[in-house]
Amino acid sequence: MDFYGINPAVLIASLMVASVPIMLAAIGELVVEKAGVLNLGVEGMMIMGAVCGFITAVHTGSPWAGFLGGAAGAMAISLIFALLTQVFLANQVATGLAMTLFGLGLSSLMGQGYNGIKPPAMADVPLGPLEDIPFIGRAFLSHDAMVYVSILIVAGVWAVLKYSRVGLILRAVGENHDAAHALGYKVRRIRVLAILFGAAMAGLGGAYVSLVRVPQWTDGITAGAGWIALAIVVFASWKPWRVLIGAYLFGGITVLQLNLQAAGARIPVEYLSMSPYLITILVLVIMSSGKGRAGLNAPAALGQNFHASR
Amino acid sequence: MKRRTLLASAATALGLTLSGTAWAEGMDKVKACFVYVGPIGDGGWTYQHDQGRLAVIEKFGDKVDASTYQESVPEGADAERVLTQMALGGCNIIFTTSFGYMDATNAVAKKFPNVKFEHATGFKREAPNVSTYNARFYEGRAVEGLIAGRMTKSNKIGYIGSFPIPEVVMGINAYYLNAKKVNPDVELTVVWAYTWFDPAKEADAAKAMIEQGVDVIASHTDSTAPLAEAAKSNGAVIGFGQASDMAEYKPSPRVTSIIDNWGPYYIDRVGALLDGTYEQADVWAGIKGGEVLIGEITEAVPAEVKAEAEKLRDDIASGAYHPFTGPINKQDGSPWLAEGQTAPDGDLLGMNFYVEGISGDIPQ
Repeated sequence: MDFYGINPAVLIASLMVASVPIMLAAIGELVVEKAGVLNLGVEGMMIMGAVCGFITAVHTGSPWAGFLGGAAGAMAISLIFALLTQVFLANQVATGLAMTLFGLGLSSLMGQGYNGIKPPAMADVPLGPLEDIPFIGRAFLSHDAMVYVSILIVAGVWAVLKYSRVGLILRAVGENHDAAHALGYKVRRIRVLAILFGAAMAGLGGAYVSLVRVPQWTDGITAGAGWIALAIVVFASWKPWRVLIGAYLFGGITVLQLNLQAAGARIPVEYLSMSPYLITILVLVIMSSGKGRAGLNAPAALGQNFHASR
Repeated sequence: MKRRTLLASAATALGLTLSGTAWAEGMDKVKACFVYVGPIGDGGWTYQHDQGRLAVIEKFGDKVDASTYQESVPEGADAERVLTQMALGGCNIIFTTSFGYMDATNAVAKKFPNVKFEHATGFKREAPNVSTYNARFYEGRAVEGLIAGRMTKSNKIGYIGSFPIPEVVMGINAYYLNAKKVNPDVELTVVWAYTWFDPAKEADAAKAMIEQGVDVIASHTDSTAPLAEAAKSNGAVIGFGQASDMAEYKPSPRVTSIIDNWGPYYIDRVGALLDGTYEQADVWAGIKGGEVLIGEITEAVPAEVKAEAEKLRDDIASGAYHPFTGPINKQDGSPWLAEGQTAPDGDLLGMNFYVEGISGDIPQ
């Protein structure tokens, strides 16, 4: 069952792993944007997660502690963003960009002396005989726990946004913060909590890069994954399950083109490399040309600051 | 725009007076600036250039100000902006340390005739103040190729290419030819990553090759990620340190390395500027000149292979052996080098073809 000399099971297995960081970061950013906050600091939070997670894992010897450390590190830096945009009402775009630059620099500083250290390894989830099922075992059931955790998080976010009161309030804040405020919801507090959640997810994604995907610390290790996560949120038109699809598409095509090359397939790889971006543009065009509910679906108050006096 | 023009002309005027007198007789103090394509902490290419910068500071102390550098400068319009800023900021000599800065370097150099520009790995010297310097990395690739040919069990060896430029194609060919020489059954897999630095992608490229049965991986990208991926195989897959020693992956998967040693060249050029002997140059030194060092070959390599590799290294250094010695055909079977002929530098610097035996096309 090979095509172009590539085993599809192996391909699916690699793309599931490759998609975890961008999926986590994107689902976090989705929640933030659903609350009406545009945080362009995803890349900065991811790399903070990568470095904090790495340092924590190295010192504690536990990858799980590393993931917690990564989430905490990213949340710490996102508090600055929350303070600036929610309390001092600074421009969200500019602040987010500054957070990315700040995160890249700070992570480089914190990572001094950690180059070349190997973090504790993350074991695969032991599924016993299930792993021996032909095809399915290799493709879907032989991964580390974070692969499954990330999918569960997507499912959780979907369920909360769609069915729970919390999700409804969050969406209300993102669609019309004045109305939400009039109803008595604490807009600022909800947004800060959303920002913290988004940061924790980005931190987990970053830590996954430095602990599992490339088990090492190198300056700039996330190399733009945060920006791809931002693109995926738009691509997914703010719908959780489409984030999953988007992450697999973006992560998958990278893996696919590398595998095609390794297998010696004569396919012009540069076109394949650019295809996720072309697809994003295409999706944007199709969505924005559609009428009514097929429209862009962006939260109405996205990027707008809120002050109770208005 | 107006202010920038004014600044530029002011800087030019200042430079003119300097060049009229100072350059002929040397300078009291040189400000040397560096443009890096990645972060210093990449543990590879940029790290080694920064080691060169530190060597300059150590050598000249107060007589040189080499504190100005810019990391992670994209190859493109941004590079020109950074270079202009550096030239306006009083840099006397600017080292641009990646191939992709070639056009930006030449464009800015024309605007600042009194600033010296040193472009690494390029070939364009369109202004008299542009020099180019490079290292014969292919000599190191030959040594890696020999080890790869001897060590592979699957007879599949891999090479992670960055961009399809002569520098990389040259490395691929040298690696393959010298692997083939000791192991006629060897097959080469090339994966183009289209990046100099993206650890996750580099690791994915290594992983893709390992899944295809490749068990020796050389990389032409800057980070240690391919080695980290190879390390997951518990010794089944080996690789090489690239640009930097990458000693943290000793003894396996890193079995040896190509170390870029820029310090001596940077000291030489800054020194020439200080004592007034500076001239435009096109330097291409290799193992012999000390620009390319072969890192320690670890115990993961059998003693006889190690001895063979060390002999190859020494033969290249002494000139007894050239990694491209005929007969060599091009990929399409047309002859390139006749029996006993060695490759002229011009052919190497413009190399845009695979040698016979490598499958696949170079992306154009």
